[in-house]
Amino acid sequence: MNIKKYVAYRLVSSFFVLFGLSLLIFSLSRLVPGDPARLALGPMAPQWAVDKLRAQLHLDEPVYIQYIYWVTNVFRGDLGQSLVTRRGVFNDILEFFPATFELVIFSVILSTSLAIILGVTSGKYANSLWDNIVRVISYIGIAIPSFVWAIMSVFIFGYVLRWFPTLGRLSSGVVMPPKVTGLLLIDSLIAGKLDVFRDAFYHMILPGTSLVISRLAQEARITRASVVENLHKDYIMAARSFGIPEKTITLRYLLKPSLIPTVAVMGMDIAGSMGGSFIVETIFNWPGLGRYGMSAMLSNDINAIVGVVMLIGVFFAFMNILVDLITAYLDPRIMMKLRGS
Amino acid sequence: MNTELLKERWRRNWYKFSRNPLSILGLAVVLSIIVIAIFADFFAPYPEHAFVFVDFKNAKSPPSWQHLCGTDMAGRDILSRIFFGFRYSLVMAVSVLSVATPPGVLLGLIAGYMRDTWVDTAIMRVADVFLSVPSMVLALAVCSMLEPTLYNAMLAVTVMWWPWYTRLVYGAASSIKNEYFVQAAEVTGASTFHILFGEIFPNCLSTIFTKMTLDVGWVILIGSTLSFVGLGAQPPTPDLGTMVSDGSKYIPAQWWISLFPALFIVVIILGFNLLGDGVRDMLAGD
Repeated sequence: MNIKKYVAYRLVSSFFVLFGLSLLIFSLSRLVPGDPARLALGPMAPQWAVDKLRAQLHLDEPVYIQYIYWVTNVFRGDLGQSLVTRRGVFNDILEFFPATFELVIFSVILSTSLAIILGVTSGKYANSLWDNIVRVISYIGIAIPSFVWAIMSVFIFGYVLRWFPTLGRLSSGVVMPPKVTGLLLIDSLIAGKLDVFRDAFYHMILPGTSLVISRLAQEARITRASVVENLHKDYIMAARSFGIPEKTITLRYLLKPSLIPTVAVMGMDIAGSMGGSFIVETIFNWPGLGRYGMSAMLSNDINAIVGVVMLIGVFFAFMNILVDLITAYLDPRIMMKLRGS
Repeated sequence: MNTELLKERWRRNWYKFSRNPLSILGLAVVLSIIVIAIFADFFAPYPEHAFVFVDFKNAKSPPSWQHLCGTDMAGRDILSRIFFGFRYSLVMAVSVLSVATPPGVLLGLIAGYMRDTWVDTAIMRVADVFLSVPSMVLALAVCSMLEPTLYNAMLAVTVMWWPWYTRLVYGAASSIKNEYFVQAAEVTGASTFHILFGEIFPNCLSTIFTKMTLDVGWVILIGSTLSFVGLGAQPPTPDLGTMVSDGSKYIPAQWWISLFPALFIVVIILGFNLLGDGVRDMLAGD
């Protein structure tokens, strides 16, 4: 199987899984007790208006008919109307997704790079004082739920130390750069406004760390374990016996194979961040998909819930394929398996 | 198996477990939490403060000798409520794992034993569907569609939990099925039921048990997150996640209302994680 065939195979199987997901989440959403039309219009609305909306949303038809309506609309790029904002769910998602995308990617890059630094330094000097400090930090880090870290960091870094802002993407009074990608860090650079870039970056620190605190700790341990394992392999000893400087050994020979397990779990990392974004964005008032999804869930806005869950499923599927390709690139053994046989 | 052998095995396991002081620490934390949760009425300084209780005169008082963790907006002693909160965390973990594990394991056994048949495909693809969105998102979505109660939160977490066991046991079972003792059972005409539960299942037990101990912390984490966003236990239930969320409105002035419950969530999860690591090391290579 070559790479192209492999990607095609993964795309097709993801498609079937996502189809299954849509069946699951759609039927769940239609089996909820309570009347979504009544919920959307409020308790004071007259019965005829509720009936009219029910008919409009096809809510009075059997679930499988509703599903067929929904699927045909999805292929036209229409995820239905939000019962709360009264706008198309698809447009809402397009508007909110970039903020979440930026935050998730930022946090994943942050956690992976920090985990690599912590894991490599502690693995290289196993059982040193530094190694033990990192070990204790990571044990505690794993046990911290993202909402706990969010609340604690708002208190410590936001109010006591006043290092970082705690709400939103930009300080009030800072003008949004013209929208190109929707990612503030990139848009501000395109506009050439470094102060906006700095402000946006500062706003990302607390929510970003809240998203990944426990994954970061886990990844640091995974990286450490793999560094320790590789450190005792023959090729490192051979490199040492050739008199290659220790720094070159670490950076050129030790790093790449040690990173494979860390990169391989990046998919899980993205999943964790996506899931955490629902809570973290709500706490930090981050105008992203997580906050949108959370408020949809709290107000039982079924079309929006289904839309958000489906979009996250699609995003997650693509990211997993991407991560597997990066792993294959780093690990020639996987690459050979893909090429051969 | 005679008692002497059993004793010897226990002794060896305990030796492996106790070699790591962190495992002992985890065990100690977990045991104390269980004891406190069961006898919360006895340990809590103000057991009557756990549910509905109002004392506005003492509301929002900072930590002191009378109230080690301070009092909340209704004047309830926070430490007492935390002790009662342990109950709900433990109940959550025990019920979710005891409900999600059996079907997860059963499906994994069947799919693993019937590897490369349509049964395998059907079961594993369904499991894939449940794993195709981050588990937190699925739990939140399911939870939001039900009435927000502790039981529905447990149900939502159970729904997202079983596929992990299916995947785990699937991997174990599909390699064990090629062992000679399974083939011997097949040749002698043993029933599928016997092969699944008499031959393969006992050999998956330590893997399953290890995962369960490691999962307790995760379940508590997800459960507290659900109640933090208001989709789990409802006030006045003394649930740790709910307490953090209620108190967060009073940060930074009355920081203790949410920070102490938050701290204890970390302690519980940390305790179970350390214990789980110890159990994993103990059962590894056995």
